[in-house]
Formats: sequence, structure tokens, C-alpha cells
Amino acid sequence: MASTEEIRAGLAEIVNEVAGIPADDVQLDKSFVDDLDVDSLSMVEVVVAAEEQFGVKIPDDEVKNLKTVGDAVAYIENAQS
Amino acid sequence: MTDKTIRTGSGASHAGIHGIGGYRPSRVVTNEEICQHIDSSDEWIRTRSGIIERKWAEPHETVQMMSVASSRKALSRAGIDPAQVDCVIVATVSHLLQTPAVATLVSEELGCTPAAAFDISAACAGFCHGVALASDMVRSGSAKYVLAIGVERLSDITDPTDRGTAFIFADGAGAAVVGPSEAEGIGPVVWGADGSKFDLIRQNETWTDVLDMDQPVMPTLRMDGNPVFRWASFEMAKIAGEALDRAGMTIDDLDVFIPHQANMRIVDAMARALKLPEHVVIARDIAYQGNTSAASIPLATEALLESGDAKSGDTALFIAFGAGLAYAAQVVTLP
Repeated sequence: MASTEEIRAGLAEIVNEVAGIPADDVQLDKSFVDDLDVDSLSMVEVVVAAEEQFGVKIPDDEVKNLKTVGDAVAYIENAQS
Repeated sequence: MTDKTIRTGSGASHAGIHGIGGYRPSRVVTNEEICQHIDSSDEWIRTRSGIIERKWAEPHETVQMMSVASSRKALSRAGIDPAQVDCVIVATVSHLLQTPAVATLVSEELGCTPAAAFDISAACAGFCHGVALASDMVRSGSAKYVLAIGVERLSDITDPTDRGTAFIFADGAGAAVVGPSEAEGIGPVVWGADGSKFDLIRQNETWTDVLDMDQPVMPTLRMDGNPVFRWASFEMAKIAGEALDRAGMTIDDLDVFIPHQANMRIVDAMARALKLPEHVVIARDIAYQGNTSAASIPLATEALLESGDAKSGDTALFIAFGAGLAYAAQVVTLP
């Protein structure tokens, strides 16, 4: 089971690959849309990559609730447990 | 006693595409013009879809007219006389007379009568369905030469005030002549449909719903963008891989990747998911054409052949996907 920091770091790498955002900017309090400029289509790519990397399912209906990096990390942590 | 065994038909050992032609309507519609009806901007549309401008049909550029024009180019390039065509397949969802099939008029105007002629409804995947049917007909002996046409006037069924679709859809036609070939030129199709996702892209109302309205208006297309993006970008990349497998190819054998021109972001995401090698040319016709549904693959193919980015004999992967959700993919040799 990955720790919160491991999930955040993994997610940061994915966001960097998909949207070209520096991985260091991807912190728990950051909003995907407002702070990181990740639009909804890039968000779909991030979610699909995260599903593969962390072995979880994130349904379409949930994606819109993942406003911040912290929301996504918490969702993945819960889904893994 | 007579022998009552029914004889099995037999056709060519292999089928191939002999010629491709396209028709691009004359009216150029800019993002600025689209933004007169939706709260959006040129930059937003470019970022979200890669579309810089699109082509919409003028009144005289009907489904029939565009089908005939693209088919004449395809036949001429193939060196095939219309009288040699045994079947005309038109894939469209935007011919607004439901019956008879527009294919019968197209066939008659081209001079293919009495060729078999019918329409198919597989939305954006229609052209690849048509090519699959055509190649099977050629190999089974049901036809020697088949015209497979994809044509749309989506501007007729697009709501200009719908922020989710107004900037995407466009008009055009593309045709392929399929016939016997020395070597295999059309690989096995990988196709399917998932009716559980019927509502993700659809005509918003039935015609009878419309008649019940106080002020009847033309039904228009609706799309739930994000789930469609996910399905198209990732599920369809798997289907593309299967089509390569079934043709006995690997991704390294590919020269050209021609996905349905749905959205540049889908094209890019699929290319990443497939890990396309650098040498593979990727069709990006959507930038100046918009999403022409069933017409997008033949139009994109023609553009690559005309620009020299692709050449005759290249190995290309067609993959088309859309409302249904329906999809079809096959490896082909470019004419």
C-alpha cells in the first residue's frame, strides 16, 4: 500500500507527463483547474494513468469531485484500502 | 434427381482499396463565427479540440452531391468505370430523408445502376464499417467493385448554441473504391458496439417527440464529452492494437495512423496510448476540416496522399468510433 506522499509523488509525475506541469508544483492543496491549468480532458488522461499505476477504479461520475490534488490522493488512498 | 445443393459463391482471394476521393464543402466557418452563438473563444476551441476552422456545406452541397463528387474522384483515381461498380454503400447519419436510401440516387447519378445500393447507420464509425462490408463482398463474390462512401452534413443537425458540440461538427464526403487485389490490401476488421453507452452521443429527440412540441425544431446532436474522450482515447487504442494483431502486424510495421478525426486531443491521446513510433505519420485533418463523422477518415487519407506525407503502398491503420457507441478498425494498404 502506497503512503500519501508516494501517491502524491506518483500523481505529480503523471500530471507532469500529461500536462507538462512541473512535478514540484503538484501539491495537495493545489486545484487541478485553477492552480495547475489541467483542463477536464487532461484530467481524464490523468485519471486513466492513475488507475493503472495505483490499481484503482475512478468512475466518470467521481472525476468531477476531484477538485484538488489532495482530493485525488484521498480518493486513491480510500480505494486502495 | 437434381442436385439440390446450393452452390457457394466465390470471389477474389484478396481485396484492396483502389482509389480514394474526398469532397470538402466551400463554406469556411471560423472559430470567431462559432463564438457568436456560444460563450467561448478561439483559444478555448483550439485548446480543447485542435480545430482552427471547419467546412460547412452550402445549400447546393447536399449529401447526394458531395457523395457523387467524392466518388467520381475515387473512381477516376482507381481507373474504374461506374458501370463496373456492383454495390454502393453510403454511411451517413445526416441524410434527412429516411427512405429510400440516398445510395440509390448516388448510384444512379454516377451511372452505377443497377448496382446494389443501400445506406448504413454507424455514425462516425460508418466508413470503416463500409470498407469492412465491401472487402467481404469482394472476397465472397457478392460484388467485384464496391463504392464505400462516408458523408455528412452535420451542420444541419448541430445546435449552434450548444457549447459542447457547436464547434466540433462539420460537413464533407469521402469515398473508396474497393475491389480485387493481388495481395491483401484490407486486413480483418475489429469492430463492435456498446449499447449501454447509447446516450453518450445521440440525436436529442425522436422525430415523434419533435412533432409533439408546441414549436417543433430540428432534432440535434448531443454529446457527453468527457466519458466519450475516455472511451475513445483509451478503449479505442486497445482496439487499434487488436486490428494490428489480426492483420499480423506490429506497431513498427505501420507507416500511417488515420484515426477518425473526432478531436485533436483524442488523436494525441490515442497516439500516446499506442506508443506510436516516431516514423508513423499521424492524420491531423481535423484542424481545418472539423469533425465530419463518417467522412473524416477518407478525407484525412486523401489529404495525406495529396500532400505527399503518405504514399501509395503505405501501410495505414484506420480506426473509427462514435455514437452507439460503435467502432471499427482495420489495417489497409493505401492506394
